[in-house]
Amino acid sequence: MSAHDHADGHLPHEPEKATLEGRNKVLGFWLFLGAETVLFGTLFSAFLALRHNTGDGPTSQELFELPMVFAATMILLFSSLMSVFAVQAMHKNKVKPMLGWLLVTILLGLGFLGLEVYEFLNYIDEGHKMPTSAFSSSFYTLVGFHGAHVAFGILWIGLLILQVLKKGLTVVTAPKIYVSAIYWHFIDVVWVFIFTVVYLMGKVG
Amino acid sequence: MAAHAHKVKRYRGLMDWLTTVDHKKIGILYLMAGGLFFLVGGLEAVMIRIQLIKPMNDFVGADTFNELITMHGTTMIFLAAMPLLFALMNAVIPLQIGARDVAFPFLNSLGFWTFFFGGVLLNISWFAGNVPDAGWTSYVPLAGPTYNSGHGVDYYVLGLQIAGIGTLLGGINFMATIINMRAPGMSFMRMPMFTWTIFITSALIVFAFPVLTVGLVALMFDRLFQANFFETANGGSSVLWEHVFWVFGHPEVYILILPAFGIISEVVSTFARKRLFGYSSMVFATVLIAFLGFMVWAHHMFTTGLGPVANGLFSIATMLIAVPTGVKIFNWLFTLWGGSICFTAASLFAIGFIPTFVMGGVTGVMLAVAPADYQYHDSYFVVAHFHYVIVGGLVFGIFSGLHYWWPKMFGRMLNEGLGKLTFWTFFIGFHLTFFVQHFLGLLGMPRRVWTYLPNQDFDTMNLVSTIGAFLMGVGTICFLINVVVTSAKARNAKADAWEDGRSLEWTIPSPPPEYNFKQLPLVRGYDAWWKEKMEGKSAMTPAEPPGPIHMPSPSILPFIMSVGLFIAGFGFMYDKLYLAIGGIAVTLICMFFRSVFDDHGFHIEEDEQEKGVHA
Repeated sequence: MSAHDHADGHLPHEPEKATLEGRNKVLGFWLFLGAETVLFGTLFSAFLALRHNTGDGPTSQELFELPMVFAATMILLFSSLMSVFAVQAMHKNKVKPMLGWLLVTILLGLGFLGLEVYEFLNYIDEGHKMPTSAFSSSFYTLVGFHGAHVAFGILWIGLLILQVLKKGLTVVTAPKIYVSAIYWHFIDVVWVFIFTVVYLMGKVG
Repeated sequence: MAAHAHKVKRYRGLMDWLTTVDHKKIGILYLMAGGLFFLVGGLEAVMIRIQLIKPMNDFVGADTFNELITMHGTTMIFLAAMPLLFALMNAVIPLQIGARDVAFPFLNSLGFWTFFFGGVLLNISWFAGNVPDAGWTSYVPLAGPTYNSGHGVDYYVLGLQIAGIGTLLGGINFMATIINMRAPGMSFMRMPMFTWTIFITSALIVFAFPVLTVGLVALMFDRLFQANFFETANGGSSVLWEHVFWVFGHPEVYILILPAFGIISEVVSTFARKRLFGYSSMVFATVLIAFLGFMVWAHHMFTTGLGPVANGLFSIATMLIAVPTGVKIFNWLFTLWGGSICFTAASLFAIGFIPTFVMGGVTGVMLAVAPADYQYHDSYFVVAHFHYVIVGGLVFGIFSGLHYWWPKMFGRMLNEGLGKLTFWTFFIGFHLTFFVQHFLGLLGMPRRVWTYLPNQDFDTMNLVSTIGAFLMGVGTICFLINVVVTSAKARNAKADAWEDGRSLEWTIPSPPPEYNFKQLPLVRGYDAWWKEKMEGKSAMTPAEPPGPIHMPSPSILPFIMSVGLFIAGFGFMYDKLYLAIGGIAVTLICMFFRSVFDDHGFHIEEDEQEKGVHA
């Protein structure tokens, strides 16, 4: 059915919810994010249970440098804002601005990822590796899981940009853009918790 | 852009089964794979019982015994019970809500194949000579790298991880399906009870399975990458594993039992020919059980030493679950009360379920008393309890559901005589096996030991228990014979196969055509079909004019994606990085293809809709 609705070139107002497939995709994705919340919740719990057990390795106070982490946080927050602009452009059926905002989104995402890799390499130099202590294991697992999500999001949104370039904005591509934006916000929210629980509490506690 | 222009891509034979995205065929695949693993797990159970038939037996060694109990539990829970439930979910739910398929047919297929390859990976351990042997709960440090240096537990970790992806996808899929795709007029409080329980079960899956995912990841990192989550010497915590495992594990038992409650509700109501008593209280009880199910995990850990306050709270929360469960039991009894009960095989299993499950519930409350639990803990009393709720509850429910929905799935009625023989042998065998185990436990026989000394009053009861296990095996064989005999018979089941059907699946042919409903039905109340019949109608009122029906295309990608994960599993296990990366790359490339090439599906035109449909 989906292909008929916009034969005249006009997209419905909310193209991501115009078809049953689209509505299913959006709902299903929210449910998936529910599962992701539990996943990260468990990783946080494990980290909170183990974060003081540093053994002979470096402690969080010795390791963390807040200015750089704060910069990474800002980059990711702005990246999330860019994806809001992308979805707004999509709702106005402005394809080129939408692609532009999406491009900025993933460029900022890449910047964040670059900082994280740099940070991890520094930690490894300081003797903070996966097998060092229970703190290091749970730290790398939690923050690494988040980083892997960012990397996947960059690849995914990059692929969607190419798809929209080829296929245009349709009731098939619009739900994909929309759910990738929700995914990106979710990753951002998780990072806010990581910044608070891992870095700020790690510096203070 | 017209979607009609796309060629219909259809496969035949084996390729049809490998590529299908039809929920009815996926249901049959789940049934076959789950049935196969049920037989494997059953064989392991029989070997356990043969080893325990007499004191100081040497049928299998202590190592093999540990492997048998681990694989029996893991196989039965993850590879037999859950897939068999998924079989019934797939076969029935879209029909019960008046939908043409699930929300995500492609993911449905992917879910099946990841489960299947996860299960195969786990069971290859038998041939690799490295079998998981740390129990189905895989407690650390026993399952950690220090005390379990072989690859056994790796098979457990990676097999369950891959199978778990499938389960999670299924949970999301069925939640979205039930929320978004109900027929016009079917409000939430008009949904059949089985649909309600599957809805709640799916929610439990979505919120419980990711916890297991993280637990398995942590254990895998400990074992493969020298992480320290559970390594006490380096600051890890073994109690953390217990928490993570049971935060998942307790909701898991409700994931197993709630669908059985749904099946029993349907079967009891149909064969008592009465409306389900207390429908709304039934719904409320289901939701409450699911909610409380997340609050009670630490009752598996009373002896861990969490302290009297924690034990007290978890003890009371656990006992609270008996209240909504009791509501359900009384509702079933009141549904039967005054009904004109028809004792078919399906209804016998449902009626046998009720007292059996009550017994499991009573021992559950006994175990919830924390001080008393110090006596029962790790004894055969616990083994008896959870087999009463899982076999006496869930497996009876599955047998009941299979006998009930078999005509809808395959178009053939199972033989009633053989069905009743299945019931009586399985029912009597079950009680022989597990009833005495309560007393073995109270006398002090510990679980998970491979043998025992004579003259401790254990001998006779163990013999009885083993005889019962064989009788259950006979019951299972009766069912298999029934399946074979039935498959040779004519495919002549009527649409309303039991003539007393109440919900929408009984309004369409058995087995249903590919598209299920030619016109989506209009639902005018609870027990939609029964309501129409009582008003003298012979068909549902359609909610839409007839027209071409849009269908999703079949795809081989889910199969290849699962093979990729399967290969990656081996890569991780045997430190072959190129295999791990290669396997995951295969999966990611498939995801790329799925995203880039749109599935336009195809249309079944009106004149093609009658083709091959059995009246």
